[in-house]
Amino acid sequence: MTQKANDTKAALLEYVLGVADDSLILGQRVSEWLGHAPAMELDIACSNLALDLIGQAQLYYEYAAKLQGEGKSADDLAFLRDGHHFRNHLLVEQPNGDFGQTIVRHYLFMMFHLKRSELLVGSDDKELAAIAAKTVRELEYHLRFSADWFRRLALGTDEGNRRIQDGLENLWSFTFEMFKDVPAETPLYEAGTVPRPSEIEAGWNAAVADLLQEAGISPSARKAAPTKGRIAGHHTEHLGHLLAEMQFLQRAYPGLSW
Amino acid sequence: MMTASPRQDAAFGTEQHVWQVLEGVPDPEVPVLSVVDLGLVRSVEIAGDAAVKLEVTPTYSGCPATSLITAAIELALQDAGYTVETATVLSPPWTSDWMSEEGRRKLKEYGIAPPSPCGTRGAGMTIACPQCGSEDTALVSEFGSTACKALFKCNACLEPFEYFKCI
Repeated sequence: MTQKANDTKAALLEYVLGVADDSLILGQRVSEWLGHAPAMELDIACSNLALDLIGQAQLYYEYAAKLQGEGKSADDLAFLRDGHHFRNHLLVEQPNGDFGQTIVRHYLFMMFHLKRSELLVGSDDKELAAIAAKTVRELEYHLRFSADWFRRLALGTDEGNRRIQDGLENLWSFTFEMFKDVPAETPLYEAGTVPRPSEIEAGWNAAVADLLQEAGISPSARKAAPTKGRIAGHHTEHLGHLLAEMQFLQRAYPGLSW
Repeated sequence: MMTASPRQDAAFGTEQHVWQVLEGVPDPEVPVLSVVDLGLVRSVEIAGDAAVKLEVTPTYSGCPATSLITAAIELALQDAGYTVETATVLSPPWTSDWMSEEGRRKLKEYGIAPPSPCGTRGAGMTIACPQCGSEDTALVSEFGSTACKALFKCNACLEPFEYFKCI
């Protein structure tokens, strides 16, 4: 293989790992509500959302492992990499906060992730396109669920409105990262293998602005936070704590399986 | 008394016989449905004397029963005298539209509202109560006891019920 072809393959691997990591880390975060959500139905909803995301992560990890060609399993990639190797966006690793903040995080991310996944369905990489197509109809449930609860909390009581507004303020800085193009991915954008992140920004902004207006929530004036989670593995302190809990069993008992 | 060898069945080794065996493999979460009712087996190929190649498709990505279902399929065919090779196919993605009419009827009798055709989901869809048949029902939660089900209640008979989600 030429150097250029090798670079493109390496960029694709990083990209697929990024989508897998986004799904896994958000799935782990949402699963933290299990047994603690505000109502029984929400508790069940959170565990289902987490199951979807972790199942989707597994499909992407299996493909990443195949691209990597080192004989690793999806579990190896999920449980045996250190924080700086994770390629998820900073938004998904942010703590749950209260239920309002969790809903805001889910909505802001899903509006991006669903659009990205819909574009991936048209990828010239057939395996990547098949995985994305598998997930899209499931992700529609996530977007609808989080948008419904966003409205319900924001329009319900002053307290609910305040919490959604606070959640938005806490998380807004981390949304800018989702739309940053990555120079190493340029050949993938040009070949139609993966969408340009910047291509998603205008549609995302319009959809989010509509919901904020409908729900009586003010746009946040916060500026971008550091944006090198996906690009370089520079994460917020929260990821390390999450991984410590999630990876504990495989680290303490290597190779343990059901 | 010796039991008859499965190979003595005249239909043994035919696609039809393989489908017949598969019809006896229940879904672990909704045992009234077979893997055939759910549309999980995408193709059957007789690859030799007693060798079968199957293509199986997962339902929901997060369904914890996926690997169990594949194992149950392989076991049932091995018990019937076949050697089995299963491949997982993701494309085209599984849709609840592939559930058979027979499957929908069995699901309703079991007390779970069968999935609406895809494309009708979202606002405005009516889901009939599987107990009393009333269409005066309300969504309680889009997420239920398993990845494939949503929670509804019937305003007519006041019973809560589950709805098999459409994807």
